[in-house]
Order: sequence, then C-alpha cells, then structure tokens
Amino acid sequence: MAVEQERLLEIKNLRKYFPVKEGVFRKTVAHVKAVDDISFYIKKGETLGLVGESGCGKSTAGRTILRLLEATEGEIWFEGKNLLSLDKKELREMRKEMQIIFQDPYASLNPRMTVADIVGEPIDIHNLASSKKERNEKVADILDTVGLGPEYMKRYPHEFSGGQRQRIGVARALAVDPTLIIADEPVSALDVSIQAQVINLLQDLQKDFVLTYLFIAHDLSVVKHISDRVAVMYLGKLVELADKKELFDDPKHPYTQSLLSAIPVADPTYEKERIILEGDVPSPVDPPSGCRFHPRCPYAMDVCSEKEPEFKDYGDEHFAACHLLEQE
Amino acid sequence: MAENKLIDVNNLKTYFHTEEGTVKAVDGVSFEIYPGETLGVVGESGCGKSVTSLSIMRLIESPPGKIEEGEILFNGKDLTKLSQGQMRKIRGNDISMIFQEPMTSLNPVYTVGDQIMEAILIHKNVNKKQAREEAINMLRKVGIPLPEQRVDEYPHQLSGGMRQRIMIAMALSCDPQLLIADEPTTALDVTIQAQILELMNSLKAQFGMAIMMITHDLGVIAEVSDRVAVMYAGKIVEYTDVKTLYADPKHPYTWGLMHSIPHIEKDLDRLEAIPGNVPNPLDFPDGCKYNTRCPFATDKCRVDEPDIEEVEEGHYSACWHVDKLEAKKSEEKGA
Repeated sequence: MAVEQERLLEIKNLRKYFPVKEGVFRKTVAHVKAVDDISFYIKKGETLGLVGESGCGKSTAGRTILRLLEATEGEIWFEGKNLLSLDKKELREMRKEMQIIFQDPYASLNPRMTVADIVGEPIDIHNLASSKKERNEKVADILDTVGLGPEYMKRYPHEFSGGQRQRIGVARALAVDPTLIIADEPVSALDVSIQAQVINLLQDLQKDFVLTYLFIAHDLSVVKHISDRVAVMYLGKLVELADKKELFDDPKHPYTQSLLSAIPVADPTYEKERIILEGDVPSPVDPPSGCRFHPRCPYAMDVCSEKEPEFKDYGDEHFAACHLLEQE
Repeated sequence: MAENKLIDVNNLKTYFHTEEGTVKAVDGVSFEIYPGETLGVVGESGCGKSVTSLSIMRLIESPPGKIEEGEILFNGKDLTKLSQGQMRKIRGNDISMIFQEPMTSLNPVYTVGDQIMEAILIHKNVNKKQAREEAINMLRKVGIPLPEQRVDEYPHQLSGGMRQRIMIAMALSCDPQLLIADEPTTALDVTIQAQILELMNSLKAQFGMAIMMITHDLGVIAEVSDRVAVMYAGKIVEYTDVKTLYADPKHPYTWGLMHSIPHIEKDLDRLEAIPGNVPNPLDFPDGCKYNTRCPFATDKCRVDEPDIEEVEEGHYSACWHVDKLEAKKSEEKGA
C-alpha cells in the first residue's frame, strides 16, 4: 500500500433535516431527512464523485459542507478544524479555501454585473488585491486560465454561451485560490460537445493548482471519467463508496448495480443485462424502515426492513451498506 | 419501396421571422420513416430537431414561424397542404407526440383520466363510460399500478416517471401509426429512464407503431433506434442505420461527438472536446455550418455548403472531406 494520502476534508455523521411546517402556527409536523448520517473523507488532490438520483440529498450534502446550509448534526473537519464550530469571521476566512461551482450557468451569474465584477467580487471580499489595478490584473489572469481573453472583462453574462458562462463560474471559484472545489452538476446543463471542454478544463486546473474536487453529478459516465473515488447516495444515505475502477467493475450494493446497469451505452452492439428497478424513489419525509432501498431491492430479505445496515469497509476502502454483504 | 414509407419528408424548410432576423431553424431536411421502425434524431440545442417534429405535427406557431418549402408526406398525403381542421383529425389519432417535461404538458386542473379520455372521445366513436374503460386499460398497459384509482388522480399526485407514463398512455390511446417522442426521458432519473425506454420498446412491438425519437443523448439513441439522423445547425449532416453510424461515422461532427463523450465501458485519460460553440441560429457561418469547429475544414468548406449525399450504400453524409476523416480513422486504428 502506498503511503496514505492526507485527508483534506472529513465528514462525520452529517445530518441535514428540513422541517415540514403546517397549519396556522407553522408547527413543525415532520422532517425531510435530506442528508441522514453520512460519513466520508476526501484526500488531498483527489476527485471524489458523489452520485445519486434527484432528491437523494447529494446537492444538500455539498451545500451543508460549505455551511451554505446549516447542518442539523455532525462534524465537518477541514484542515484540522471543525467547520461547524467556527464563528462567522473564522468561517469567512475558511471559505477562501472552499469554493463551489453551480449547475446552471444561466442562474448563477448576476445579469447586472460585468464579468470583471463577478470574478473580482471574491477577491474584494477577501481583500486579496491592494488596488483596483491589481485586482483587474488578477481577474484577467484567471480568465486567461479558463480560456477567456481579457476582452471579455467588460461584458455581461447574457453575451456568453452556456459553456463560456460555466467558464466564468469556474473563474469565480478560482479567484481566491481555493484548495477544495465543490462542483455541483457543473456540466449537466451544457450541450454534449461543450461538456467535454469544461471537463477537460476542470482536469487541467486540478493538475495546475493542486485542487481537490467533490464532484456532484447524476451522469455516471461523466463521474467515472473525472473521479478517483466514487460515492453513491440513496435517499439521504451513502450506500457505497470505493475507488472508481473497483466500484464500476465490482459494485457491491444492489442499488449501485441497478444504477450502473441502467446507463444507456453509446454503442448499439453492446449487450448487457439490465436490472430494471420497480417503482420510484420513496419520499425522504417518511423513508422506509431498515435499509431504505429494501422496497425496490431485488434481493430484499426480512432483516432489510427491520434493521439498518451499517456502512462499513469491506476491504481496500470499499465501503458499502448492505445486509447481503454482512452475511457473506 | 416508395409507397411503403409511413412518412416521407422532402426538403423541409421551417423559418422563424423574428425582429432580429430570419432563423433558418430547419433548412432543407429530408428523411423517411418506415412502419414499425424507430428513427433517432440526435443533435444539440438549436439544431432544429424539435422544430422538425413540430413541423410534422403542424404545431409551429405562425407568425413568427412558417413552413417555407418542402413536403411532409404521411401515407402519401402532404401534411403541409392540410387545413388545421383536417390536421386535428390526424393529431393524436394517426400521429401523437410526447414531450420532455411531463409536468408542463399535463393540465394540472384535470384528472389524468379526463386528459386521456379527451383524445379518445374526440377520435373514437365511444361514449364516456367506454372512454373511461379505455383510459383505465391504457393506464394498465403503461404499467401504472392500481389504474382504477389512479385514473381519478391529478398530475401533482404522481411522480415524474408516472407522469411520463400518463403522457405515453395519452399518446397511444388512439393507436397511432407514428409516435414522436421529443426528449421523453431527459427530465427523468437514470433508473426511471431505463423503465420508460423499456416500456416504449415493448409498446412499440405491441402496437406496431413507428417512433421518431428526438434526443441529445447518444446512449439513448444507440439503445432504441433502428436508423439515425444526426442534425447540426438546421441540417441533417449524417443519416444511416444505427450500427453503421456508431461503428463507422462519415461526418466529422458525428465522429467528434462520439469522441467527446465519456464512455462507461472504456477508460480514457482525456476527452477530445469539439472546440468552439454551438453556432447561433441567427448567425450561422457561411459554407458548411460545421466549418468553424471542424478539424478537416478547408477554404472550400468556408464558402460552399455540401449537400447530403450517399457515400456508401444507405449511408448519407454532408461533407466535402469524407476521405480526410477516413484517413484519420485508419490512422487511429493503426495507432
């Protein structure tokens, strides 16, 4: 085994519940358990892919880690500090190290700001430039790294195509020289021919600036391409996490297996067994008892509806939560 | 063979006359669909794939849109010449359509039963009770559990996958000869997408209808199509059967697209991105519309637009330099 890489980010038992309010007095009647007790870590310089279907809690997890949403419970350790115990000022300092790229390049850029101001804003907030001139030089520099010329600085978001806007979003994240970038579905709103450009850009930047990525996406082919390790979420829980090759070659959890088999393959001669899951993802307000996947699981046993399986290491950092594996 | 064609589109041109200028959304498109087959139409945003299907349904909003030229022969009858009244008899009866976003295509204030029954009552000579029976029957065929209950529910009570099943039930209720599916699974999760694609394939066999499947997803196209038309900037640039297309693409755009997507079944260190942007429909380049992004482009491509021509039997491509692409492909194979 190689020397264990340093863990940049470690999440322990993270929970994020949203209250469901009803009635005149807005009484809390239930909770949406969007993220329900997840633990994982990201090593320095790696890309961890986080996949799952809509509503599984992957975006909420990403936002809770940055404290854009306040966690209900748990610990988020980043560079030796628990982010949840930081006060406002300390958190602002810390945010310089952690940035986010959003899915929709149309909604995440202020239409009334020029590109120079969008990318320059984080530099201003963190006082990273002593003069306007220095700030603008920095902005031009960053735009150049993401493949946009300085002539674009005075323009507004509507003058750009989707792919170019996503480059601006990446530039904004890079402006404060972060160590961790959370990319929340960064290519899913883009045309097929443009997706590859942005994926390549993210990979180049990772090499040049030694960035660590949490790459959240629902497209498994993209996640497989860009990630070192992949985590699979279902209804607020992690069900499996492993090295990407290991996960795609030897998925252990039945949900991962069906998810992988459901991907349409861009090769008409490719033959495969498809596991078609019955039904829909249940509501996170009232998730199924025991293992949350059991109502749709082709291998469900009695124990699955009674007891929640433990998320544990089945060798070589291949984590999974399934009673089938415990029996083996 | 000619009389066998279910639909035969010849040189279709649909333009939109906007204040900023004329958008040639569909600019001289020809293809045919045979009974019982699935034609995949693949392309990126703004390539004209949806406008092509809306032209067939005569659902182009006019003004600003207009079918400027060409014919759409459906069972030999030119749809472009029909009145809206005649067209109404065909829509939902002989040709049906399902859309990407099932929530916005269903009416939120009517039950799903009412909405399925509407088409049945218009096109079939049945009373309300029979139509309701028929609607329940359709719900059962598309795999909705407890159809007798679901028929009285409203769209908001159903999940995304269920709603798309309702759309399909509605579209198939009058046993159409052609189903146009415009990105039917794009808004759905991958496991639900798998369910819907399987459903469409089994219903196709059961009802014997033809499908025109419009999508941007090369994976979906590979799974469902018999033949494929690749569209770029208002034109069909390549047209052939699905296996040939993936094994031996003859247009640089198709070839570039296939290189730019990550493949689940093989590992690549780096994707080969197509440079540049999808062109703005208000400002298409001169000559071949792909010339600004094409690695094989020459001066000729920047001036003259190539016509789509048969380059091998049953394999059509619109490119001046198929030979250059061939050379590049054999170089790749040798390497």
